[in-house]
Amino acid sequence: MIVGLTLILAAQLLGEVLARLTGIPVPGPVIGMALMLAFLVVRDRYARAAARILPNPLVDGQLETTGRGLLANLSLLFVPAGAGIVGRLDVLAVNGVALAIIVVVSTLTTLAATAFTFVWVARRLRMGEGA
Amino acid sequence: MTGDFAVWVYLSRTPLLWLTVTLLAYAVADRIATATNRHPVANPVLIAIALTAAVLEVTHTPYGTYFEGAQFVHFLLGPATVALAFPLYEYRATVLRALAPMLAALAVGSVVALTSALTLGHLLGVPREVIVSLAPKSVTTGVAMGIAQTLGGDPTLAAVLVMLTGMTGGILVTPLMNALRIRDMRARGFAAGLAAHGVGTARAFQVDVVAGAFAGIALGLNAFLTAMLAPIAVSFLK
Repeated sequence: MIVGLTLILAAQLLGEVLARLTGIPVPGPVIGMALMLAFLVVRDRYARAAARILPNPLVDGQLETTGRGLLANLSLLFVPAGAGIVGRLDVLAVNGVALAIIVVVSTLTTLAATAFTFVWVARRLRMGEGA
Repeated sequence: MTGDFAVWVYLSRTPLLWLTVTLLAYAVADRIATATNRHPVANPVLIAIALTAAVLEVTHTPYGTYFEGAQFVHFLLGPATVALAFPLYEYRATVLRALAPMLAALAVGSVVALTSALTLGHLLGVPREVIVSLAPKSVTTGVAMGIAQTLGGDPTLAAVLVMLTGMTGGILVTPLMNALRIRDMRARGFAAGLAAHGVGTARAFQVDVVAGAFAGIALGLNAFLTAMLAPIAVSFLK
């Protein structure tokens, strides 16, 4: 678990450094995600060499188990920030009703537009393949 | 100093108490969510936040004190984001096959999220600096605060709106998709991650791993695209 967690933290660290060095508007952890993905691709492409060079926990599935454990409780991780938001709801005092309407309507519209586009393009492509 | 008070003084000074409260609130919220068969309204994030905020309110605990304990949980958001790579890699064949639908949905979703918020804000007479803070509401908090600040908005307001959007999306995504009869888990997950960032992604993972994987990609891609598009969209505001 510790070796896996170390690699995950190292990926985030490298991501944060890259985000700051390049100034691209992507959060460090998201770059870390891309780096981890690259690691997994390279590891499995050269599986033999990886098994010889890398520590065991990184090749025998322990790394994945650690990651899945984190994701299984993703909801928990939003609680501290969310509890802070409750204390700052005063910023909504002036335009509260308008903002509530906008958030709900805009979120519903975005969800529907995104999902419909996805399904529509996927169906068009499938029809193209089938022809 | 009475005995009780001494205990309180000790507890309120260590991270232990507030870390425990956070985990306990989540455990209770998760039980409630499970008991309702993960009904969308019984969103564990929302319940846990409400419980925690209630405890802080009753005990008159400043948020700074609470966060000293809760920061250990908050910190894990970064590593968890990195960990999104695992389901993504596991389902890479599924993801690569859906590349075109994903990119199309990303472009449409990102533009709709921005324009709908800006247009509604304009129509409802919301002041410009508030609309600007509203623009990045579908994006993960850190990036949204950055965007709001760059465009002359209020980062705190942006963070509050991001969280409210996440909650709204996390609660409404399942009933909405059912009503629209969209059964494709890839589309449902992608929409949840795009419109409602991490909170939507957390909901997607509760429903289906493939949905979660697609939500994670949408979260990352939309953070990037919104940061590019928001300044352009805002420039159209009078």
